[in-house]
Amino acid sequence: MSHLEYTVAILREKFGDRLPAVEEFRGQTTVVVDRGAIRAVCQALHEDPRLNFDLLAALTAVDFWPEEPRYSVVYQLYSLKHNVFVGLRVPLLAASAEVASIESIYPNANWHEREVYDMFGVTFGGHSDLRRLLMPADWVGHPLRKDYPLGYEEVQFTFNADEIDRRKSYAKE
Amino acid sequence: MNPSRQMEVTVDELKHLVSPRALTGDTMLLNMGPQHPSTHGVLRLLLELDGETIITCIPDIGFLHTGIEKNMEVKTYTQALVMTDRMDYLNNLGNNLTYCLAVEKLVELDVPPRAQAVRVLLTELQRITSHLVWLATHALDLAAMSVFLYCFREREQILDIFEMVSGQRMMTSYFRPGGLWRELPAGFEDAVRQFLKGFPRRVAQYESLLTKNPLFIDRTRQIGVISAEDALRWGLTGPMLRGSGIGLDFRKAQPYSGYEQYEFDVPTGTHGDTYDRYLVRMAELYQSVRICQQVLDRLPAGPVQSANRKFVPPPRSELGHSMEAVIHHFKLWTEGFPAPKGAVYVATESPRGELGCYLVGDGGPKPYRVHFRSPSLAHLQVLPLLSKGHFVADLVGIIGSADIVLGDADR
Amino acid sequence: MGVEQKLGNMGVLTVTLEQAVNWSRTNAMWPMLFGLACCAIEMMSAQSADYDMSRFGMELMRPSPRQSDLMIVAGRVSRKMAPVLRRLYDQMPDPKWVVAMGDCCSCGGVFNNYAIVPGVDEIVPVDVYVAGCPPRPEALIHGILTLHAKVRGEKFKDYASEARR
Repeated sequence: MSHLEYTVAILREKFGDRLPAVEEFRGQTTVVVDRGAIRAVCQALHEDPRLNFDLLAALTAVDFWPEEPRYSVVYQLYSLKHNVFVGLRVPLLAASAEVASIESIYPNANWHEREVYDMFGVTFGGHSDLRRLLMPADWVGHPLRKDYPLGYEEVQFTFNADEIDRRKSYAKE
Repeated sequence: MNPSRQMEVTVDELKHLVSPRALTGDTMLLNMGPQHPSTHGVLRLLLELDGETIITCIPDIGFLHTGIEKNMEVKTYTQALVMTDRMDYLNNLGNNLTYCLAVEKLVELDVPPRAQAVRVLLTELQRITSHLVWLATHALDLAAMSVFLYCFREREQILDIFEMVSGQRMMTSYFRPGGLWRELPAGFEDAVRQFLKGFPRRVAQYESLLTKNPLFIDRTRQIGVISAEDALRWGLTGPMLRGSGIGLDFRKAQPYSGYEQYEFDVPTGTHGDTYDRYLVRMAELYQSVRICQQVLDRLPAGPVQSANRKFVPPPRSELGHSMEAVIHHFKLWTEGFPAPKGAVYVATESPRGELGCYLVGDGGPKPYRVHFRSPSLAHLQVLPLLSKGHFVADLVGIIGSADIVLGDADR
Repeated sequence: MGVEQKLGNMGVLTVTLEQAVNWSRTNAMWPMLFGLACCAIEMMSAQSADYDMSRFGMELMRPSPRQSDLMIVAGRVSRKMAPVLRRLYDQMPDPKWVVAMGDCCSCGGVFNNYAIVPGVDEIVPVDVYVAGCPPRPEALIHGILTLHAKVRGEKFKDYASEARR
């Protein structure tokens, strides 16, 4: 049995009904975890001596608007000893876009969670410093949400170049 | 509204991050602003200083945030590739490779062996250019200015090779899903061989300038020390982690694009300080040359693109006499190819560390969500830990040894 | 030209004050270190040995805006960086010029989204635009020389008049 299958088996044994599904796609495994159980699952993956997932490789989110559950917070954990990646996915509803922070287990989750908050508006309970990371501090809105506009500028072609030039604000001095 | 309001921050807002002495005015809060010669890009650091000693440093990033991830969602997979060059702008081909691997994994597209070998070769050359810029700027910050000029001279040779291959010095976009953009030109092999012949001697020259230099050692030994367990807990990868003794290299651990065929070592350090990270990167330069030699000696013949016309456009010569070629060409260039619903994560070894691409497809021709796990973001996070108790002048050396590229961190 | 023709070589050069001022400005124009993104790397390449910019008087890049007279905006300007850029431009003393290096600061470049200011000329007045993504070092040098030609053509009456004060 590969370490990945072993890991899934142990997680199932420990958390059973808190793991709605295990997705296999292109040879990669993603365990779907209930919102309330993510901290316990990460703790198990980190501390259980049989599992050894010691590196949090990535923490991000996907917005499925207008479908529900709207957000999926995705975690990628790596085990140095067994050389394997495991993915975790926490589906969140738009009305309750909040999940526990895993900063106490993996300290580098700090900035990753700040970035997810900045880009998606998902809050992390128990985070030490949840502020915007990439956007200016007084920015309104969460850019990577699907209902946030791209914010592009109209392209100037010959037929509308002059009109756009008139409207555009150029610096005079 | 005063447009520079966002830049002014009161101690109240940062109360939770600074020590209590800052609130009484005992220590000083200094802004090492986004425009600074030694911050290697637009990085803003708020330093809490007790005299010259740093109590804590609070990085403020986002000054180069380009919205690449959102912008890629409105382009087709091939169009979005162009944006990946511009993220980590010292590792353009590496970014291309990571993204192409993710797309190929998602749609299950094969890549012919010749294309894989050329990808390895060019990625290693790109690694050399990235390390050369690192060395140039790191040494420049520590007042060794001649190294800057020498490194850029070597870099020009490699940029000439890139230009020969793709027409562009930096933003090549040479790797495409399915292989390469086009066949290698004549004269490529000679140019690379000539470069590889002369390069190890040059690296030895740089080492003779810096490695045993007492001034350099004084400025880098015991500076920015991080232990192996701390490094792993904070998500460091690449030379930052290897400098502390853990030999994790994704080219060996999770080989991609045929890396398993080539022999190379993974250098590690012991103390986890700036000097060890310098030694690790210098050793990596030699290893990259070794890999390039092996690739060039065994370069397989064959096509450079997958034959799967559903994803790779046909060559223009075919369009004259094949109707299917015209239809594929039309469909690919107007609509693009569809990817199935699902998500993949691909991790590669960039010169900075682990560069990962999380790609979500939705059945359409445009990526639904692309996220790049950038090593520079993880390394910036650990800056307060590394710089605690050091002088401001040492901070400059620490930022240099972290080898951050703000385009990578901010995307 | 001038009096030497009549009186022979006296070791004297006659030239208009405008020409002298413009010549001295072009010959020692100090750029401010304002590399933002990828174009900064090409700017560094232009500064180094193969495409030496110091032969045009730009030996050093001055990090301090108070000591520089040319701002080469190299790279994409994000919305967060825009006030910083304006502030630095305001801190530069006259005479000052701006070269928009690269596509991103000329017009937004490859990016057309919420995060990037589409063209730095919305923030500061630009004298020369250098196209390219990134422009080759030679293209940047060509842009600098174009700026020099522009400065040599400047006239006092455009910027030093009673009405302006």
